[in-house]
Amino acid sequence: MKRLLQGVVTIWFIATSTFVAMHNVPGNPLLDEKAVSPEIRRNLEARYGLDRPVFPDQYLTYMRNILRGDFGISFTQRNRRVNDILREHFPVSAILGILAIVFAGFGGILFGSLTAVYRNRLPDVVIMVLVVVGISVPGFVFAALAQLGIVGLNEVLGWTVLPVAGWGTLRHLIIPSLVLGLGTMAFLTRLMRSSMLDVLGADYIRTARSKGLPPTRIFFRHQLANASLPVLTVLGPAIAAITTGGFVVELIFAIPGLGRYFVEAVQQLDYTVIMGTTVFYGTFLVVMVLVVDLAYALVDPRVRLE
Amino acid sequence: MPESNQSHRSVGRYLVQLAVVGVFGFAGLVWVLGWLAGLTESTLADAVDADAQTVTIVVAEEPPQLDSSLSTDTSSFMVLGHVMEGLLRYGKDGGLEPGVAERWEIGEDRATFWLRRDARWSDGRPVTAHDFVFGWRRTIDPANGSSYAFILYAIENAEQINLGKLPVETLGVRAVDDFQLDVSLQRPVAYFDKLVAFPSYYPIREDFFASTRGRYGADADTLLYNGPFEISKWIHGARLRLEKNPHYWDKARIRLQAIDAAYFTRDPSTQLNLYREGRAAVASLNVETVETALRKRWPISRFASGAVFYLELNHRPERPTSNLHLRRALSLVIDRDELVYNVIRTAGFVPAPSLFPIWLQGANGPLRNEIPVPPMKVDVDLARHHLELAKRELGVDEIPRLMMLVTDSPTTAKEAEYLQNIFQTRLGLDVAIDKQIFKQRLAKAAAGDFDIVVSGWGPDYDDPLTFGDLFASWNQNNHGKFSNAELDRWVATAQTSLDPGHRVFAFGQIQRILAEEVALIPTYEPGSVYVRHPLLQGVVRRAVGPDPDYTNAYITGES
Repeated sequence: MKRLLQGVVTIWFIATSTFVAMHNVPGNPLLDEKAVSPEIRRNLEARYGLDRPVFPDQYLTYMRNILRGDFGISFTQRNRRVNDILREHFPVSAILGILAIVFAGFGGILFGSLTAVYRNRLPDVVIMVLVVVGISVPGFVFAALAQLGIVGLNEVLGWTVLPVAGWGTLRHLIIPSLVLGLGTMAFLTRLMRSSMLDVLGADYIRTARSKGLPPTRIFFRHQLANASLPVLTVLGPAIAAITTGGFVVELIFAIPGLGRYFVEAVQQLDYTVIMGTTVFYGTFLVVMVLVVDLAYALVDPRVRLE
Repeated sequence: MPESNQSHRSVGRYLVQLAVVGVFGFAGLVWVLGWLAGLTESTLADAVDADAQTVTIVVAEEPPQLDSSLSTDTSSFMVLGHVMEGLLRYGKDGGLEPGVAERWEIGEDRATFWLRRDARWSDGRPVTAHDFVFGWRRTIDPANGSSYAFILYAIENAEQINLGKLPVETLGVRAVDDFQLDVSLQRPVAYFDKLVAFPSYYPIREDFFASTRGRYGADADTLLYNGPFEISKWIHGARLRLEKNPHYWDKARIRLQAIDAAYFTRDPSTQLNLYREGRAAVASLNVETVETALRKRWPISRFASGAVFYLELNHRPERPTSNLHLRRALSLVIDRDELVYNVIRTAGFVPAPSLFPIWLQGANGPLRNEIPVPPMKVDVDLARHHLELAKRELGVDEIPRLMMLVTDSPTTAKEAEYLQNIFQTRLGLDVAIDKQIFKQRLAKAAAGDFDIVVSGWGPDYDDPLTFGDLFASWNQNNHGKFSNAELDRWVATAQTSLDPGHRVFAFGQIQRILAEEVALIPTYEPGSVYVRHPLLQGVVRRAVGPDPDYTNAYITGES
């Protein structure tokens, strides 16, 4: 209950600070290359409610609309509602995000265990070097490299195994979600390695072995499950990282996700879209962190819900 | 530990099992999520398909919306030019052709258009004069706040309506019957035929518009088409597919069956990768990707966008740039060749000596031939002389720091640094660069908060006046408030005269005054370079009108 209240306050804070920041950014969303007469400017301002004082009128209207879940009409896409933009484009980002998280989580657990088991031997060294690369190189570099790689691969094979960019077939999902999850996977691998090392040396493993439990059971139930717990904890921040990383991947792979609309809205000072996407993403992340906390309590009996 | 090897091997086996499960699980998840998202297509279209006469293209930006009364950007104009048709339209060679209007007469105070009877909307109903009246009224209605309303100002009462002083019904356009449109003009307009080809003059059918309940132009099904193509699929952010409109009156002329804008991205390397992969028929190139294209020996085309870039100077009396000698000094030290070929280094750009770009037509041929451009030489000594005169007139020992306002684009950033350096080294001037996002650059320019601003202007209609009236004292886009009574008179002449020779003379006078007074410093005409699939023929690129234009394009069987 307390956590829920904290979440609501966080979202209120996000909404308010975005509102304040946006109205203090210089520039005007209604300006266009072709100057219009002051009369028309006034008409447009009235239409978007920008003619009234920013505080309290605009702020209150805006808060009231948020409570009703109405983010208004876009300034640049003049007859599209922000709610429509969210509804049409968030699922695209969400699909990529889910795939990226699954890929990152699974890969992280797999490679992390591998490095721990083969500690200081060749697989460990190779993977850990790759992990450092994966953490330190920004996503857009991977995206561009991956794209070049696909072009090369398809050229060598003589047919399109994987598409270069775009949206429409299942194959379009694969490379962008892998690229999106790569950084997080590298991060999770490192985490998994250290927690697996802890578990490998733990007393209860030796106990399990001496009890004569089958090795399969020991590995999956005792080692892997316990070592994976810390991975679950960082899933909240990982979801945030993947959500923000999505902007770049969506731009480079020409994917109709919400991220590119957000970036373009910022460039165009499209007030309503900026507000809508920020508040939406903010709420989404707050909810995700809550969900991860709940999940952790379910998986680890030592953690109790207050 | 002897047992560790044993354990390695078995753990390794478990991990392999886990990996196999993971790969299949991931594939399954892709399948399920893809199915949920409706990603049901299985094949990727080729860049060109000669049998189906289909071309797949990549478009830099998705049109924000396609209500022709409100559109302002080039990608909307490009799509609208394919799916709509005005009274007149742009033809293959860049000239105007009859569109919905079969014939027309344009006089001093009125114009009449006779509409063809076989022009149809995409639901099969005829395009009538009433549809034009409705569309034009929407553009001019101040409640809609169309940025392009000014392009209708030649029509009687248009400006007064747009300023909210007259009701919209008083607009000087009338449907005599279904197929005759009468226009009363506020003043004589030599180029009214060119104006009516502009998207703000496209027809909109009232009953359909009402049925969309404020969502006109937002989606494929909230638009009605009267052009060669119609939008068959519009997935926002992903795809815009145009298919041949079976109701179009001139459909025999149209050879392409479909134009599929299957990718929206302005990333040049993605564009080039799609081209290389055979997925997109055209890719625009930047400084880096042009190298790749050259290495691959692909034929590269270049194209002038029709715009012109210049430095606007602030003529408000409190600004140092209000001094003519200072303005002369600034203009005399800029080496346009150096700027374009060594600094900007983007293929397709050419130095601009005048506000009137090179492609404009005069009375009997290129405007440049009829009104020669004033010479533009770099003369640092003369510039320094003017600088001394400027200091004396302004009564200062040093010119105060000049603020140069620029947009945060890579090209203008390079340009601004070059200019800052030139003004510093050749004239000893202190110039500060004020870099702003586009909207804020506009806001500061409009407020006069600058000494120098890097600006550009693209043409709206195919007449020199689209540039010629920019520095009239009343023009809202004259950010530096340049004001010259003689220039204003020549602009008025060019606006109202119907005599082509006289109008060209007026443009010559405008060009002379702008140069003498250094109202602005023209710098370059931007251009672009691109690669095109060799089997795709007949694509028209143009400075004014929908660009690129695929309405005359086709795909040949062999290269």
